Amino acid sequence: MATFKDFRNHIKPNWCPGCGDFSIQAAIQKACAANGLEPEELALVTGIGCSGRLSGYIKSYGFHSTHGRSLPVAQGIKMANQELTVIASGGDGDGFAIGMGHTIHALKRNIDITYIVMDNQIYGLTKGQTSPTSDAGFVTKTTPDGAKENPIAPLKAAMASGATFIAQSLSSDIKGLTAIIQEALNHKGFSFVNVFSPCVTYNKINTYDWYKENIVDIADLEDYDNADRAIVSKYLEEHNGMLKGIVYQDKEAKSYAEHIESYNDTNNVHETPEVSENDFKELMASFK
Amino acid sequence: MKDQITWKVGGQQGEGIESTGEVFSTTLNRMGYYLYSYRHFSSRIKGGHTNNNIRISTREVRAVADNTNILVAFDQQTIDVNAHELVTGGVIIADEKFSPTVDDALDVELIVIPFTETAKEIGSQLMKNMVAIGASAKLMDINLEHFYEMVHTLFARKGEDIVESNRKALNAGYDLMAEKVGHLNLDDFKLNAPDDKEKLFLIGNDAISFGAINAGVRFMAAYPITPASEIMEYMIKHLPRFGGTVIQTEDEISAVMMAIGSNYAGGRSFTSSAGPGLSLMMESIGLSGMTETPLVVVDTMRGGPSTGLPTKQEQSDIMQMVYGTHGDIPKIVLAPSDVEDAFYTTIEAFNLAEIYQLPVILLSDLQMSLGKQTSDPFDQSKVEINRGKTVFTDMEAHETDYFHRYEDTEDGVSRRPIPGLKNGIHHVTGVEHNPDGTPNEGAENRKTQMDKRMRKLSNQLMKEPFKVHGDEESDVLMLSILSVNGVVDEAVSRLDEKVTVIHLKQIYPMPIEKLRPYLDGAKKIIVIEHNYNGQLTSILKMNYAGHERIASILKYDGTPFKPNEVVAEIKGIIN
Ligand SMILES: Cc1ncc(C[n+]2csc(CCOP(=O)(O)OP(=O)(O)O)c2C)c(N)n1
Ligand code: SF4
Ligand SMILES: [Mg+2]
Repeated sequence: MATFKDFRNHIKPNWCPGCGDFSIQAAIQKACAANGLEPEELALVTGIGCSGRLSGYIKSYGFHSTHGRSLPVAQGIKMANQELTVIASGGDGDGFAIGMGHTIHALKRNIDITYIVMDNQIYGLTKGQTSPTSDAGFVTKTTPDGAKENPIAPLKAAMASGATFIAQSLSSDIKGLTAIIQEALNHKGFSFVNVFSPCVTYNKINTYDWYKENIVDIADLEDYDNADRAIVSKYLEEHNGMLKGIVYQDKEAKSYAEHIESYNDTNNVHETPEVSENDFKELMASFK
Repeated sequence: MKDQITWKVGGQQGEGIESTGEVFSTTLNRMGYYLYSYRHFSSRIKGGHTNNNIRISTREVRAVADNTNILVAFDQQTIDVNAHELVTGGVIIADEKFSPTVDDALDVELIVIPFTETAKEIGSQLMKNMVAIGASAKLMDINLEHFYEMVHTLFARKGEDIVESNRKALNAGYDLMAEKVGHLNLDDFKLNAPDDKEKLFLIGNDAISFGAINAGVRFMAAYPITPASEIMEYMIKHLPRFGGTVIQTEDEISAVMMAIGSNYAGGRSFTSSAGPGLSLMMESIGLSGMTETPLVVVDTMRGGPSTGLPTKQEQSDIMQMVYGTHGDIPKIVLAPSDVEDAFYTTIEAFNLAEIYQLPVILLSDLQMSLGKQTSDPFDQSKVEINRGKTVFTDMEAHETDYFHRYEDTEDGVSRRPIPGLKNGIHHVTGVEHNPDGTPNEGAENRKTQMDKRMRKLSNQLMKEPFKVHGDEESDVLMLSILSVNGVVDEAVSRLDEKVTVIHLKQIYPMPIEKLRPYLDGAKKIIVIEHNYNGQLTSILKMNYAGHERIASILKYDGTPFKPNEVVAEIKGIIN
């Protein structure tokens, strides 16, 4: 059986020392090994950003796509081959700005893949511009007088979009994050994991310490019930989205493929796909 | 007796004009006639003039007719807009309901029949189209039995009552017409007997869809748009029987990226759209080229730019399809020569995409995509699937931790293991990369990888990159694509001069060495196309030096070329 070391490759990440993304990489490697996956059974699709480089740092089938488009590629892979474990990943700009349309629709579509956002509330790769999750007033190169727009609330948006699995954590809590990713991979449907991953180079406000002080673990909330939409919404509102843990899960919901009776639910990859003589004749007859 | 008649039905959109044309033409196709239809419609659902023009012939036809013999009118506008197209002595059959009139200056016959009133008496005004068809049948001396069969196919599941009333409506129309045609020479409206060859009657979008299924497509992702939607609709209807499915995505970027993902995983997937959607897909098409992931995108061209003429004929995406992506990628752009060929060329598109691991754009145009027409049946024994260097089974162990997916090779193509296989792990990225797929922006590697990718295009690509019609040797060479091919063939057959016609199927890369003997031998080369700039002409000129001998015939008013227009244009150029 594979260990997390089998998910390592020969590439040395080019992330800045101290970048939150390192720990997310480690948590994914650990979660995959702990779930009994082999590296070749995993397809990891990323967008563009510092975070997007992840697909090249984990030994698995890796697909580094275009900015904001990891989700469509990942869903396409899963629709071709349901036997693969598919993870999509990228930054907050990738998933909540240029790719926001795909994010909302992937949430509502509920294809059985896992989406891990590495949220640093800034654009890292392009050297420090405001992001959709940057707090109001946040000063960056493109918001010298402070951000004038309200930040997007990814978890609330996910609730509103029909999500069936929503989790959030900190990259510094590798253990907790690993457990969450394991559950996300086990979830039958689309699992969304937002991870606060500090950018030590361009975001001096939302630091490791800042996140620790501002996030609330749902385990510490007495009456929290992650299957109860009303409670989830109440606490998301109360804590401004800063919850930690598996915030919401609907274990009953059917995944996209489970809705389609005729859908070949294991594998749509055939070396020599065939159309029988009879099917050919029947379909051609409909053109008469 | 005639070898050819054009019948046209018109009225307000949403009034059943479509189904009237459908019932009439399908029946005639089943009788054995060759048909070519053209729909005039606009992008609204209810209201606005629409008409369905059906050319019926005892011989193959692949062009819109020059004029009309019979016009069936459900409103005055139909007469006002279309009567001038009637031949001398042509007949208008119009509904009494709107008190039809026709310009006295026109030498045509107006026959008024109470379509709506009669249908109401029989049970429902919905059947006014059957009354009109019955009347047309009498005029053309077609036995109603042929239409009864059609009525049965259409309405059997709605119950015997409905079948019976529709038959009554047909009979009523037939009888009412019988009272009015005494003074006409009915020989002018009667067709000679058809041949007994087996025939299909379908739109180009159906041929493309059926081709895709035969090519092995089991998953499709698409976003609706005219005139491409029928492709996704066909796939939605028929993929379930093969265990496949279709996702209607949030936009075209998602659609093309899902197709890329699915193809990367070893499936055969594609998407279809029109100009606006293709504009959105450009970055992704570049990703397919750079990552060497097979991709097929169907572009059913319509009138541009922007929303342009969304329901009208044009071929103005050619330049964008050939050159649209940023950076240099190898790309193949194909154009089926007719509806029958669309089936085979679609399958070839999937094979080429996979053999050369690159994006293939399969072009169509609105008239080919939506104009229902007769085609020879498709031959399953000609269906060939070639998966190129895609690897489907576990690979042998190797020393490096990543498989060298982008190894430099002579033909530019390297082995492509699909995810899930042992020892096939590699990386895929739109960033310039090493042979194992990990990013590398170094100068030397860049050159090696770029040369490798671009080298693919120097292979022999399509088996038959163009077809030669008309006279094999002549002074005049015509070059056309897609639905224009049929019009050119017909126009040339009417000319006394010898003309060679090339139906270009592989637009890019242009098969210039194979074309050269034809080009060099021509005193005049005429490119005929539906756009303002002469886009195909420009691409020819970029590849071929004899510019002073190259002329264009251009049309961009949204309507398809007619044979007599083309005859006049050619004469204008060569005389
Ligand atoms: C279509 C397109 N537009 C813009 C860019 C430039 N770009 C690359 S990454 C990026 C934003 C990165 O921010 P984020 O997604 O938050 O990732 P991070 O670097 O913070 O991990 C931008 C704007 C691009 N690559 N493609
Ligand atoms: S710029 Fe920020 S996000 Fe990018 S690698 Fe450095 S620390 Fe990480
Ligand atoms: Mg970011």
